[in-house]
Amino acid sequence: MKRLSLLLAAAASFISAPVLAQTVAITGGKVVVGDGAGPIENGIVVMRGGRVVAAGANVAIPANARRIDASGKWVTPGIFAGFSRVGLVEVGAVSQTNDTRASGSPFSAALDVQYAVNPFAAPMAVNRAAGVTRAVVSPSTANSIFGGYGAIVDLGQDANPITKARAFQFVEMGETGHRRAGGSRAAAHIYFRALLNEARAYARNPATFDSDLLKAADARALLPIINGTTKILVHVNSANDILKVLALKKDFPALRMVLVGAHEGWRVAGAIAAAGVPVLASALTDLPAGFEELAATQSNIGRMKKAGVKVGIGMINDRDAHQLRYSVQYAGNLVALNKVPRASGLSWGEAFAAISSEPAEIMGMGSQLGSLKAGRKADVVIWTGDPLELSTQVDRVFIDGVEQSLSNRQQRLRDRYRNPTPGALPKSYDH
Amino acid sequence: MKSGALLAIVAAGTLMAGCAATAAEKETASASDNVSSDDRGSGKGAFPSTYRGYPSTPTAITGVTIYDGEGARIDNGTVFMSGGKIEAVGGPDTALPADVTVLDGSGKFVTPGIIDVHSHLGDYPTPSVSAHSDGNEITGPVTPNVWAEHSVWPQDPGFSRAMANGGITSLQILPGSANLFGGRSVTLKNVPGRTVQSMKFPGAPYGMKMACGENPKRVYGGRNRLPSTRMGNLALNRQTWINALDYRKKVNSGKPPKRNLGMETLVGVLDGKILVHNHCYRADELYQIIDMSKEFGYKVSAFHHAVESYKIADILAKEEICSAIWADWWGFKMEAYDAIPENAALLQQAGACVIIHSDDENQIQRLNQEAAKALADGRAMGIEISDAQAIRWITFNPAKAMGIEEMTGSLKTGKMADVVLWNGNPLSVYSRPEKVWVDGALLFDSNDPKRRPVSDFELGQPGEGDVK
Repeated sequence: MKRLSLLLAAAASFISAPVLAQTVAITGGKVVVGDGAGPIENGIVVMRGGRVVAAGANVAIPANARRIDASGKWVTPGIFAGFSRVGLVEVGAVSQTNDTRASGSPFSAALDVQYAVNPFAAPMAVNRAAGVTRAVVSPSTANSIFGGYGAIVDLGQDANPITKARAFQFVEMGETGHRRAGGSRAAAHIYFRALLNEARAYARNPATFDSDLLKAADARALLPIINGTTKILVHVNSANDILKVLALKKDFPALRMVLVGAHEGWRVAGAIAAAGVPVLASALTDLPAGFEELAATQSNIGRMKKAGVKVGIGMINDRDAHQLRYSVQYAGNLVALNKVPRASGLSWGEAFAAISSEPAEIMGMGSQLGSLKAGRKADVVIWTGDPLELSTQVDRVFIDGVEQSLSNRQQRLRDRYRNPTPGALPKSYDH
Repeated sequence: MKSGALLAIVAAGTLMAGCAATAAEKETASASDNVSSDDRGSGKGAFPSTYRGYPSTPTAITGVTIYDGEGARIDNGTVFMSGGKIEAVGGPDTALPADVTVLDGSGKFVTPGIIDVHSHLGDYPTPSVSAHSDGNEITGPVTPNVWAEHSVWPQDPGFSRAMANGGITSLQILPGSANLFGGRSVTLKNVPGRTVQSMKFPGAPYGMKMACGENPKRVYGGRNRLPSTRMGNLALNRQTWINALDYRKKVNSGKPPKRNLGMETLVGVLDGKILVHNHCYRADELYQIIDMSKEFGYKVSAFHHAVESYKIADILAKEEICSAIWADWWGFKMEAYDAIPENAALLQQAGACVIIHSDDENQIQRLNQEAAKALADGRAMGIEISDAQAIRWITFNPAKAMGIEEMTGSLKTGKMADVVLWNGNPLSVYSRPEKVWVDGALLFDSNDPKRRPVSDFELGQPGEGDVK
């Protein structure tokens, strides 16, 4: 016992040991602020106390700063994954390690991912090493159109991943919502309205609340979306479904909606823009995987952007627990569209913003996250080259001003099998 | 949908991930030649290809950077195609006839048509509705009797995306991986057609899909039948090969037994005429399959989804078996937990055959980018691999594993003029196909909306003919 408790104490101290955010000046690199502008040559980024002090061309370097030479490299805000399930899954098909949905739970809207996100999951370390520093983490749905509360997390190696708990509620209102509600879009819409009305009834008199549709805990979870204190992320794809979702604001005017997916958003981009509803859109979906996305095209984001929609990249149902490192590749592909006749892409600066400041702003965290503007949390990545290019590697990662380990089990496996032939002893002794 | 769909299918027990096939010998004689006068073995003669190359204009691309598909790069190069064939590949001094169309390729790149050794376009087409789920015959774990071509829907919009965004000109459509013996594959030219026969790659040998590991044992174990374990997988595999050897003996005895479609496919494999594409993830299982192939006297052409190939790269090099792999997929199931992005580079370093494959209707649109990532991850650990070699992973090597490398897969005089002109380096995220030729016929031109295939399914629908 004594030995065990000692080990536990040692483990706890390892986990919770506060790592101090140093004063750091990164010099000589191409600096990308992340606000949509292009890179600044020979820029300087200064961080102190876990925050960005300044980033740009003419920045004073504090005398006590640790200097890092980034000559020939690029310096950017960390990647902000606009929609993910990172930290909820270790191995997708191993149910004990998959916390995305709870088909056996009596609860729905009240489910809260803050209790499930695992900062020590392998996908956290793998994506951190690829420059992803923050992520929107959403539950999936099971027996209801509502999935529960999502969170904003960091991918740091410390024990506390939650940047903002209960950052939003997640709801399915497309083909999945149709299925969850019992088999039609009409059912999804009456379900949505009925549940919100039940929640209002709960608010009027919690003591006497008695509903056949809704548990008290779920009712409590829906209240903050009705009064607009909590955002609601709505997964919806077809042009018609999008219009019907936008119309929900007539009945529930305080709803603060964000559309997720939105494969046909370009077809109704004017309406989305007019409603002032932002979108966390899938970047490269271009096949009619379902009848709700017949008009899917990689030009979707570019066209929505041109129509005035505020849009960031999200990866709903697209390897969203393991491969947030695709964010940069997806953004780069949107830049590639500029050379394709008739296609609508993004400028380089817009594309990088779509995986940094745009999703941060859409989630209401733009004053804290997603760029290198003064005062933002110091999530900074140094890259060997253009971060959107396939040949580029991550050099260093800072989260909250703390330099992170880039080690992960994929790298350990790589190093063990650099030469696959065992030496004098089996491979298990190479560590 | 991607991994979400994949996982949903996994959960439903119908599984489509995984496959693999490899090339064997050319189809110079059908297995039936050894067997009897009827059409046996490779099935030559049944469901024959009706594909003929489409009209072409003699065309030269000059001043272009060429990756030839076999590992060479030519700067300021010339590619000349005529009559559906590659006529010449060389430098700026390459002689050209007077009356040919000349395209200025400065700042652009040329590669052979990209080849995907592992696709389910057509047998799991979009829209991905259950009525279209035609890739796994999950009524039994041993179905070498089914042929993927009988499931392929030529109107799958995915074919056009693979061409326009990915430069895909040839691809192997495999049955899924629910079964130990999934059935025959079919190799297609990526040309639109009313029938599958009009897409079939003339002269391509058949492949046979096999699967090891989690999928078969989960699907059938869940029904309380063999196999429910990995040892059950191997037991049923071996018994099936024993039956096939017995069938072949009877065929050769002069008193042929009643025709058996499944046995004909298996005998085709034993005779080296049908190429085995074996879905298999873990290193230890790859080695089990190698031993099984030796026990029964056949060869595996490629291990597909072999995420742990890097652990036995030396063995795979020695056995001359290709690994058809993703650049970086991992973690979606237990047997994919040890996948690493350096798999391709470590295999290349060991001298083993590398193929980057998709198994995915989205990533088939950017196999060039997947190859580029695998290349970059190798370089980051200090493994020097040329750009041109990475292009070989998605051209010549898959052609070899599919047994079509003498016809396509590289830019060599006399080969099919399957060619992609890229608007920049195909290993850059910023590049896309500008033009795609199949057998010399211009079938995609990003500058001409009429040179873009639109499937029947998309006609009259929102987004018809869009850039996608």
